[in-house]
Amino acid sequence: MSITTTPAMEALGAAEPAICLNNACVAFGERVLWDHVDLDIAPGEFVAVLGPNGAGKTTLLRVLLGQHHLTHGQVRIDGNPVQRGSRRIGYVPQQKSIDSTAVIRGRDLVALGLDGDRWGITWPTRQRREKIDWALDAVGALAYADAPLSMLSGGEQQRLRIAQALVTDPSVLLCDEPLLSLDIFHQLAVTDLIDRTRREHNIAVLFVTHEINPVLPLVDRIIYFANGQALIGTPDEVMTTQTLSELYGRRVEVLRHDGQLLVFGADDHAHHPEPDQEGDA
Amino acid sequence: MIGLQFGIHTFLNFDNLGQLLPLVWGSLVAGVILGLIAGAIGPMIHARDLAFAVHGTSELSFAGAAAALFFGVSVNLGAIAGSLAAALVLGWLGVKARHRNATIGILLPFGLGIGVLFLALYTGRSSNKFGLLAGQIVAVQSTQLVSLAVVAAVIAAVLVPIWRPLFFASVDPEVAQARGVPVRALSMAFMVVLGLAVAMTVQLVGALLVLSLLITPTAAAARLTVRPFMLSVLSVAFAVTSAVGGIVLSLGPGLPISPYVTTVSFLIFLVCLVIGRVRERRGWNQRPEVGHHPHADALHTH
Repeated sequence: MSITTTPAMEALGAAEPAICLNNACVAFGERVLWDHVDLDIAPGEFVAVLGPNGAGKTTLLRVLLGQHHLTHGQVRIDGNPVQRGSRRIGYVPQQKSIDSTAVIRGRDLVALGLDGDRWGITWPTRQRREKIDWALDAVGALAYADAPLSMLSGGEQQRLRIAQALVTDPSVLLCDEPLLSLDIFHQLAVTDLIDRTRREHNIAVLFVTHEINPVLPLVDRIIYFANGQALIGTPDEVMTTQTLSELYGRRVEVLRHDGQLLVFGADDHAHHPEPDQEGDA
Repeated sequence: MIGLQFGIHTFLNFDNLGQLLPLVWGSLVAGVILGLIAGAIGPMIHARDLAFAVHGTSELSFAGAAAALFFGVSVNLGAIAGSLAAALVLGWLGVKARHRNATIGILLPFGLGIGVLFLALYTGRSSNKFGLLAGQIVAVQSTQLVSLAVVAAVIAAVLVPIWRPLFFASVDPEVAQARGVPVRALSMAFMVVLGLAVAMTVQLVGALLVLSLLITPTAAAARLTVRPFMLSVLSVAFAVTSAVGGIVLSLGPGLPISPYVTTVSFLIFLVCLVIGRVRERRGWNQRPEVGHHPHADALHTH
């Protein structure tokens, strides 16, 4: 099936899914990572991506970023084919205190999100400054925007990363383990911010995580990768003993306690949650 | 009483400066150009944490220059060939700093050893030998100035267009890649430019002292500012001051340039260090408590 985009369809805007996968498959040689994935994510929808290491969560992000091609099937963002370096996508990587020795302020990090990919000289204009201030304000980071990045806490750096992703006014936010190495206080603050952001700006959020509980009250749907398949549905549909046991092909137990989910036997909790590793798998 | 012959006058005097300056204008111009190159490229070396790579590259540049001296070909070209070889190997092998440092640790003594071999075999003027390691350009010929200016122009022509994506890739490689920045290709391009800059700097201050122009001025500037643009401006100012100041100060005593260049550059760093400390203590790095966001984690200390 091929979809041609007409100006009328573009004008409809919201009618178009923000992310659309159609019978998508990723295989590395003989090994099929996942196959038959059909997925429509609406603008403003918050979707968590779960599954054990190497099941293809990060690869899904790489496909949407145009860094990895589908073996077969279709992928569209805003109704258009994916494009490397698209400004329609904001990308929030995991929090690591930026270990670069570079002299840089939070404001500069956001500026890189705006035009860091542009060649040549960038002159400071009022319009540029206003855009950066807008993004900083949207995440509540104006207060420390001029402090050196190396002096900020993990939570503050993660706020700035969200501002950096927002500054191009994207329709999709791809978050790759954005809560990793944050304490529970900062985890809640960051998930709250992402939730507020997607509602205010009508941005579809794809949120890769090992830890469902911090986002459980906020997500609309879950994509669960395991065993070469992807299971898609609401948390209540997906996170049950029966569904996950079927997906894994063995006994997986899901317990609910005090609004928290506990999953036994799914090997969800990775010992090496490095995003690069599964891409190479 | 030999000791009496050494006084402050031995190290620092301005005798006949008026007569000497016109004779060394070529060196001064070379100093300005080198200061501009070194000061401009310094912030990127700083951002990419390449100080050790600069040192390793300079030793291979030395080996190339020593070989060129022995074979009687252009020392300038030898220095460039050596440092480009090092830059390409480093760019190719080590993307991650951890692996890179091991590579440099292996290349550096090898380059130095090759250089020593060719210097030992060389039977010409011994001041030429000394110059490669510790630097000496007293009488710069106009052809050297031209080649220096050409290399500077090449460096600028490459660096200016790629500066911003390169900075993005240095500070924030994951997001830069997501935004379509060709991270690896830029890294290679920068190593080549760095190789050229090192080869030029080796000829002023020598292989052992290259860091004083490529690293120290930026490190000093980083004590004074957190604004990337100001960092570049100050870094260039400090590097030019060190290079030109070093040449001028060395004239009266008639000693090599390099100790003066390194000392000026080190003193600038010390002054900036003290200013930075004082400002830090006065709360220069404190941010105003104006965050009244409901989840303001600004209050959280680190």
